[in-house]
Order: sequence, then structure tokens, then C-alpha cells
Amino acid sequence: MKYTLAVLVENRPGVLTHISGLISRRAFNIESIAAGPTEEVDTTRITIGVEVEDEFELEQVVNQLSKLVNVIKIANITYVDSIQRELALIKVRANKANRSDLVDVVEIFRAKIVDVNRETLVVELSGEESKIDALCEVLTDFGILEIVRTGRIAISRGPVPAKDM
Amino acid sequence: MKMLGAEVVIECLKAEEVDIVFGYPGGAVLTLYDALFKTDFPHILTRHEQGAVHAADGYARATGKTGVCFATSGPGGTNLVTGIATAYMDSIPLVAITGQVGVSLIGKDSFQEADICGITTPITKHNYLVKKIQDLPCVMKEAFYIARTGRPGPVLIDISKDVFNDTLDFVYPETVCLRGYRSLFAGDSSQIDLVIEALEKAEKPVIFVGGGVNISGTSQDVRKLINLTGIPVISSLMGLGCIPSDAPEHLGMVGMHGTYAANMATIDCDLLMGIGVRFDDRVTSLVQNFAPKATIIHFDIDPAEVNKNVRADLKVIGDLRWSLPLLCEKIAERNVTKKQWARAEWVGLVQEWKREKPLASSLPAGGIRPQTVIEKVSELTQGEAIIVTDVGQHQMWTAQSYNFNTQRSFLTSGGLGTMGYGLPAAIGAQITLPEKNVILFTGDGSIMMNCQELATLADNGLPVKIIVMNNQVLGMVNQWQRMFYGKRYSYSSTKGCTDFVKLAEAMGVAGLRVTKPEELNTVLEKALKMEGPVLVDILLPETEDVLPMVAPGGRLDQMVLRGIIG
Ligand SMILES: Cc1ncc(C[n+]2csc(CCOP(=O)(O)OP(=O)(O)O)c2C)c(N)n1
Ligand SMILES: [Mg+2]
Repeated sequence: MKYTLAVLVENRPGVLTHISGLISRRAFNIESIAAGPTEEVDTTRITIGVEVEDEFELEQVVNQLSKLVNVIKIANITYVDSIQRELALIKVRANKANRSDLVDVVEIFRAKIVDVNRETLVVELSGEESKIDALCEVLTDFGILEIVRTGRIAISRGPVPAKDM
Repeated sequence: MKMLGAEVVIECLKAEEVDIVFGYPGGAVLTLYDALFKTDFPHILTRHEQGAVHAADGYARATGKTGVCFATSGPGGTNLVTGIATAYMDSIPLVAITGQVGVSLIGKDSFQEADICGITTPITKHNYLVKKIQDLPCVMKEAFYIARTGRPGPVLIDISKDVFNDTLDFVYPETVCLRGYRSLFAGDSSQIDLVIEALEKAEKPVIFVGGGVNISGTSQDVRKLINLTGIPVISSLMGLGCIPSDAPEHLGMVGMHGTYAANMATIDCDLLMGIGVRFDDRVTSLVQNFAPKATIIHFDIDPAEVNKNVRADLKVIGDLRWSLPLLCEKIAERNVTKKQWARAEWVGLVQEWKREKPLASSLPAGGIRPQTVIEKVSELTQGEAIIVTDVGQHQMWTAQSYNFNTQRSFLTSGGLGTMGYGLPAAIGAQITLPEKNVILFTGDGSIMMNCQELATLADNGLPVKIIVMNNQVLGMVNQWQRMFYGKRYSYSSTKGCTDFVKLAEAMGVAGLRVTKPEELNTVLEKALKMEGPVLVDILLPETEDVLPMVAPGGRLDQMVLRGIIG
């Protein structure tokens, strides 16, 4: 089962080491992890995508993470009505012959072309992971040179922020 | 008042009511040591940093106070690692302070630089790197608070050399502000009502006590609970001492080397109430087969312990100092007789197990049995001593045969199983409890892992009595080789030229030796009466097994009860 956790942590040196260290030593199966600043200067928010066998394993992940001194709050937003997004930048081979096909694909996915040169172009797409996966698959035919993805971030719909959940 | 960073550290220690630190100096902590010198703050120089951290641990285990140790950067810090891990596994409150290279040298592979925060992240409750003196008072305050509250544990503070030399107008903060840390005291009391309901329904209940009781100092509450209910009790290695070993309700230690009665009761019980335990694999063996018929109740302060190894049907999360008195109170209100809590058939059955198969030895009569040594010391000290062990067979025999009477009287490395823990831990305990008999049971293998601390012992005139259970083998390894590796004794003999009596004497510790059974009593009596530190080297047969034994992966009721001779 896959879950999305919003983890609010104090923005102090060593926090990410503590989190990643814990994940690896407890052998938790983390799919994605994305960290960034928040509306509060001293708080960082980490969205963790975790894959677990059952609810007990999830309980372990949450409880062990909660024990870290710099972890302020963990909200399981898997079952909360929420918006999940990931940003991807994909560098694809493009020449005169296939460029217009590529542009079509990009439009269908509502992606953006953010860099073009004679041999390649860079596509930017934000969306759910499955959408990015799908675009990547289609672009494979053109020849992908590199992909960079942020890992998913998530926010609940409605007025309640994760820190108050 | 302007103060040096090093002096700030000392002032913080005073504010935390630390009465002694254990440590070892070096380049990065020279200013700190200079402050020790100037303030005359009590400090014990061990002969190795590992000795310092274990001593701080022994001090903490014996008293419940937070132990403190100092070490320099690089090798000083890395030498602490085993001791920090030992304390972490057994939830012991420690603050380890290490020096770090100058701020501008951090990250440059400078002389004696090691990323001790990185290294100790998995084995500390929390750690800090201090690069600015302004952060120092707050970090010190937080470190002590974190180490001793909630589920205790070691906290490391790595302080750059520059910070010790910098100055600050010192004010010790009165409170801590930790947004992500709450130490839980009271929990959900309605859970306790559910526990009582479950207890009322149970026909074959067992109470399983662990290290949490010793750490929280709640043995009185456990005893009250037993008095009220008469429910049979089993104990983990770390739980020994919370109720007297010879109490009729006490079935003994459970697990790999548990007693027949304790292990049988675990398999047969229909309710198992774990109090301050973490269901370690040395207790449970294969978890699927642990207490298969039982409703599991788990009392613990750490929510992450519940459902980690064994699934709990009911959980009571909170400090045992909250939950146990409340449980006793509610039980007393019920006006139910002891017989209804602990039914006669069940009590009869467990008592029958206890009588049927007491602890056994595989040795023929004649030689000195290791169990006899421990029984004799138990008798001589009336179970009132602080007992410290190293790791191996002698540790298990001590757990099985010493008659413990009081909480925090058994100091042993349970979770990590650290050979070399014993001697320095005994030093730490003796320093804080000068009136107590502190006795170390160690092995011919283990004593050598920190034997340099004999010097610390002698030079501080600490009257610890060291009993070397000298079977001339790494006995526990030997036993496994005998049982599971076709008696191929690969590198498990310590037979050689070492003379423990001379070793002791060389460092200023009196040495005695016992080679014949008839000498045992007189020598032990003499040793315990002697004033300063004494080492007694007792020659034991090589091939005694620790029994019973549950083979790895076996079920608790499938015990090897008789050993293999030869
Ligand atoms: C630091 C460390 N290294 C290795 C071990 C593995 N080990 C466990 S018990 C044991 C033998 C201990 O020998 P000794 O101290 O003579 O005790 P005995 O078992 O003979 O009583 C060993 C090597 C350990 N527990 N700790
Ligand atoms: Mg030995």
C-alpha cells in the first residue's frame, strides 16, 4: 500500500540526515521524498511517499519518525482529499523532422517546452506522478536524454493545514 | 558575566546537578579540561574513552540520574561509539560531550576530525553540533532534557574547539522550547479500564516486566500489583530486580535462556501483560510463536514500541509512573479477591512447572559450578549488592542464579550485548554509590576488553569486587559451537599466558585465585571483606552450558534442558 505523509520539521542543521538515516536503518520503503521551505521561516515540509505491507508498518513509520526530536508533526494525507503534484524536466532529442510531433505530444499533456536547440528540447510538466510517467513513456520513442523529477508534494483541499490535522 | 565557552559547559553541568563526569582529554577539549581544572569540577580520568562512556552509563543505571562523559574530537569521539550504542539500546540517559575541530576546519578532513554527529545519528536519541557559542546554553539545556525525559537515551553534543574559547554573557535558560518533542506522562486512562476488563476475563494471565520498570523506578508499583492480584510474573533480562527473584509469583527470566516455568507460561497463557518491555528477539524467539494464545497488553512510554515486534491487543501508552499507580488503584477498587485475578488452577500449574524443572547444570558434581559461585555471592550479599556483568555465559548465569531484591541493582548490557561493559560500568556505579557493595561478574574474554580500567579502579580506590568466571573459553561462543557447529571450536579458547591475578596486581588491584571447589567459600568471603578493589580469578570447567536454551527460531516451550558434555 502506498501512503503520502506530510512531515513538518524544524529547519535546523542535520534534520535531513536524521530523517534519511532513520528511513534507511529501519529499512522503510520510501518511494519519494521532497523537502522545501514553508509559510513559517523555521519550518521545513517534507512530503514522503511510502510503500508499506500493512497498517502496522505504516504505524511504525509514523511513530519512529515522530520520535525524531526535530519532527514537529506528521499528517497522513493519503485519505484526505488532496492535491498531489510532481514537477518533471525532461530533455528529449528533437530534430526538424520530428519536432512538430513532439510539440503535439507536449500539448496533449499540457506540458511546456522550456528550452529548444537544434538537437534537443526540454519539456516541463507538473502533475500527478502517473501523468508524468505516461509522458515519459511517450517521449521514450523520441529519445530521452535525461529526466529530473522532484518527487511528489501534496496539500489538502479545504481550509485546514497539515499542521492542524 | 562574560565567560569562556568551556566555563559555560561546566556551569550548565552544575545547573543540571551533575556531580561527576567521566572522560579523557585531547586537543579539541583542552580548554574544557582547563575549565575543569580551574573550577575543580569532579572528573574521573578513565584509561580509554570507552571506559568513560560505560562508566557514565553504569552511574546512570544505578541511580536513574543522567551520566555525563567527555572526549576529544576524532578518535576520542569514535571510541565512545560502542558505549553510546550500548546506552541507546537499553534506554539509558547519557550526555556525551565531544570536542570538534575549529569551525573553519570542519569538513576539511582536518587533523582529528570525525563527523561524530553523522556517526552517532542512528545510536543517539538526538545529537547536536555546536558552532556558535550563543547556541551553547540552550543546547546543553535541551540535551539534558531530552536525555532524561520520556524514554531516556543518550544525547551527544559535539562542540567546536572555537566555541570553548569564545566568550558569552552566560544565562542558563529556564525552559526548553522544543517544537517537535513532547515527553509524555499521562496517557489515555480509559485504556486501563479495558485492561482491567481483560484481566477479569483471563484465566491464565501473566505479567511480563522489563527494563522500563527499572528505568522509571516503579518496582514498588509492580510489587503492589502482584500483591493485589497474585498474577505470575516473568521478567526480561533488563527487568530483573523489579520484583525479588525468589518471590513465589516470580517464574524467572523468559526467553532464550529463560526458566522452564517462565517459557512454558508464555506459551500457555491467555493474557500477557508486558510492562516496559520491547519484545526483543532474545525474549520472543520467533514472534509468530510467542504467546500464541494470549491477549497481549502493552504498557510503554514509547508509542513506537507498540506493535513493533509483537501485535498488541491493548496498549497503554504513557509513563509507568502514571499508568501503574492508576492500574493498582483501579484494581483495588474492584474488590475482587486475589483468587479471582489469579485462578488457583493456573497458579498451581505454573508452580508445578517451577518445581518440576528448576535450573539445571550439565556438569558432573565435583568441579566448581559457575552457578554455585553466583549463589554463594548472592548469599553473602543477601541480594543487596549492585551486580554488574559483562557478556556471555557468566551474564546469563548471573541473571538466572543471583537473587535480586531491588530495582536498578542489576547492570548489564542487554540490548547490545557489549563485552567490556562491565568493569567501567561497575566503576560508574561505585562512584555514585560508595556505600554499596558493587560486584562485577565477568569472563576471561570480557575482562580483557576494558582491562585498562583496572587502573582507574585502583587509582580511585573504589572497592569493586571483580569475579572472573574463568572458563578459559569465550564460553557463549563455545556453547554455540558445541551445540550447532559440531564442536568445531573455532577461535573460542582464551587459554594462554595471561595471569589475571598478576594483571590486577600490576594495576594496583588485589588479586586472589580459586582453583579448587573447597577454596571457593573462604576466598569469596575474604574478598568481600577486603577493603579496596579485589579481583578473584575463579577457574571453572570449560564445557558448562547455559540452560535451558531455546535454539534460535525455536518455540519457547521447545527448550534444550540438558547440555552436551565434552
Ligand atoms: C564486543 C563484543 N564482541 C563479541 C561478542 C560476541 N560474544 C558474545 S559472548 C562472547 C564470549 C564471552 O566470553 P567470556 O567473557 O569469557 O564469557 P563466558 O561466555 O565464557 O562466560 C562473545 C565473544 C560480544 N558480545 N561483544
Ligand atoms: Mg569465558
